[in-house]
Amino acid sequence: MSNPLFRAAGCMLAAGISVATLQAVETRADGLDAVRVSGEIGVEGRLFVHNPQFADQMDGLQPSLFGETNLEWEDDAGVHQVTVTPFFRIDGRDDERSHMDLREAYWRRVDDDYELLVGLNRVFWGVTESRHLVNVINQIDQVENTDEEDFLGQPMVNLTLQRDFGRFDLFVLPGFRERTFAGREGRLRLGLPVDDSAATYDSDLEEWNVDFALRYAHFIGDWDVGLNLFQGTGREPTLETASDGTRLIPHYDQITQAGLDLQYTTDAWLWKLEAIGRGGQGDAFAATVAGFEYTLFQVVESDADLGFLAEVLYDGRDGDAPGTRFDNDLFFGTRLTLNDVQDTNALLGAVVDWEDATTSLRLEADRRIGDHWRFELETQWLLQVDDGNGLAPFEEDSFIVTRLTRFF
Amino acid sequence: MPTRPWLRPSNAVTTVAAALLVAGLGGGLPALAESPEDKGFEIAARSDRSDRGFTDSVVDLRMVLRNQAGQEAERSLKITTLEIPDEELGDKSLVLFDRPKDIDGTALLSHARILDPDDQWLYLPALKRVKRISSKNKSGPFVGSEFAFEDFTALELNKYTYRYMGEEVIDGLATDVVERIPRYENSGYSRQVSWIDQEIFQVRKVDFYDRRGDLLKTLTLLDYREYPGGVWRSHRFEMVNHQTGKSTDLLYEDYAFKTGLKDRDFVKGVLSRLR
Repeated sequence: MSNPLFRAAGCMLAAGISVATLQAVETRADGLDAVRVSGEIGVEGRLFVHNPQFADQMDGLQPSLFGETNLEWEDDAGVHQVTVTPFFRIDGRDDERSHMDLREAYWRRVDDDYELLVGLNRVFWGVTESRHLVNVINQIDQVENTDEEDFLGQPMVNLTLQRDFGRFDLFVLPGFRERTFAGREGRLRLGLPVDDSAATYDSDLEEWNVDFALRYAHFIGDWDVGLNLFQGTGREPTLETASDGTRLIPHYDQITQAGLDLQYTTDAWLWKLEAIGRGGQGDAFAATVAGFEYTLFQVVESDADLGFLAEVLYDGRDGDAPGTRFDNDLFFGTRLTLNDVQDTNALLGAVVDWEDATTSLRLEADRRIGDHWRFELETQWLLQVDDGNGLAPFEEDSFIVTRLTRFF
Repeated sequence: MPTRPWLRPSNAVTTVAAALLVAGLGGGLPALAESPEDKGFEIAARSDRSDRGFTDSVVDLRMVLRNQAGQEAERSLKITTLEIPDEELGDKSLVLFDRPKDIDGTALLSHARILDPDDQWLYLPALKRVKRISSKNKSGPFVGSEFAFEDFTALELNKYTYRYMGEEVIDGLATDVVERIPRYENSGYSRQVSWIDQEIFQVRKVDFYDRRGDLLKTLTLLDYREYPGGVWRSHRFEMVNHQTGKSTDLLYEDYAFKTGLKDRDFVKGVLSRLR
């Protein structure tokens, strides 16, 4: 898939499929073989407000087209489910951002005593807002967005046991997905482009190493708790400059990670904690995110809710581990939910490094238009960047994204 | 969150039994007049009790939101409810949205309580994330409609105190008029007045008064249909906000009862596989 032409052709095909399904909007076959079709297709403009920092990087507006279709089938008894969710993006400026993926393609059996899923799926664990520390199953689709909330479909066999005392998940994960990176022309990259065809691994099996994960999740009164263990190829790569000095080579380590997520919900307060311990990347280290979300409901006698968020981020990794921007940081945020017919929302957040004062600001807002459209605004600004901070390569990459999506 | 608006099983069988016992004894002692509070409770309890034993239910509904100018917006959703026989606990419910399409797959799981806050989890399909949320927000609008969260959740008998106000004929139906005052915290209402018919004991109309005591909304419940086991359900709810001129209708499809749902179908882990 490294040939840009092939990739573009693939995206066009995916786009064609999406448009075709768009025309089949809300059609449902009757009877046993009912397939439910839904999805979205949209246009996005990402505007970089400053001149680029590195050679060959694009300047100005980065337009793109994206879409996702969700095909769902379930038998009459509700025992067998099949879901297929292809995704594509065609980007006008960065070939590496033009890509397609099967976000989901699985069969699931729902039995009285167990659930079994085989195929590609996305799994999300965790409670905090500024960083998703315990969420380890899926690789991040990093070309999509900077918020680490887009994921590549992960091949898996997932056995679930729901018992009165909690839910147990066992994951066998054959087949590793490499992280996506912006191309040479792309913004939001390091000083050199990443050559993902040259990735190296701790495991002799490279991307075919079989990873394992276990999770236990339950709630007791006002407490929600999750515990998990992961053993296998770490999703975060270390990036080393190649001997020719023109590119970065990703290396994926074998890691063991234990994670905890905890939330205490009382009155209008959500108290949150995520913590991990990880071995396999330099010295073993711990990392945590802890904080709260407090909401004023129907603020000043309106229908709107106003929330306040604060989180403390710590990460104890050393120089042999992949870099992180969240080593010693504070996150502050405020969320406005209008509770109107258009479901208007806005979230404004700032992350401040308390050691070097590096500060980033992010605003996300969205609103439905009519019944089928949604307009989104996203903007991220680096207000102050210390040369030694992990964000230094992105110093000139403040951006404004507008996105219009049609849902079907 | 929405369970089965205005139709809840009694969670106070013993209280009802006691009330009936008192009423029975009272019948033999003409000197003891029944207080308006006792009579109000008795009427509400009889209405509530008519719903017992439905076990579980599944229903699709459409929500039509109308603003002052008459512009409409629609939602469609499925509500699945599990009756919890334990009198000290409320029912469990799942609300799954289908339209508008940008919230397709969004789901809400509620474990109702009597006077304590409910336990609620929200599922956000875009991120495949399950989030435990605060249930303090009783009086806020539910998905932009004229229904407040508490209009769906606060239907347990013991969430109110009652007072009998008299009889009235509305739309040709003889009804008892009962005032009810929320006992739970954070309600947006100072009081409600309900009209309960004398034939099948169902709530036909409710007036809601805001915290200042002014009339805020009127709910009319129409198209009652009887299901096997003597369970009645309204299939058309019309809520009008007198202060804003906005309104919301809930239009229900046919209910399915006793579909074999279990406790295990109402845990947060199922939210990501709902269809």
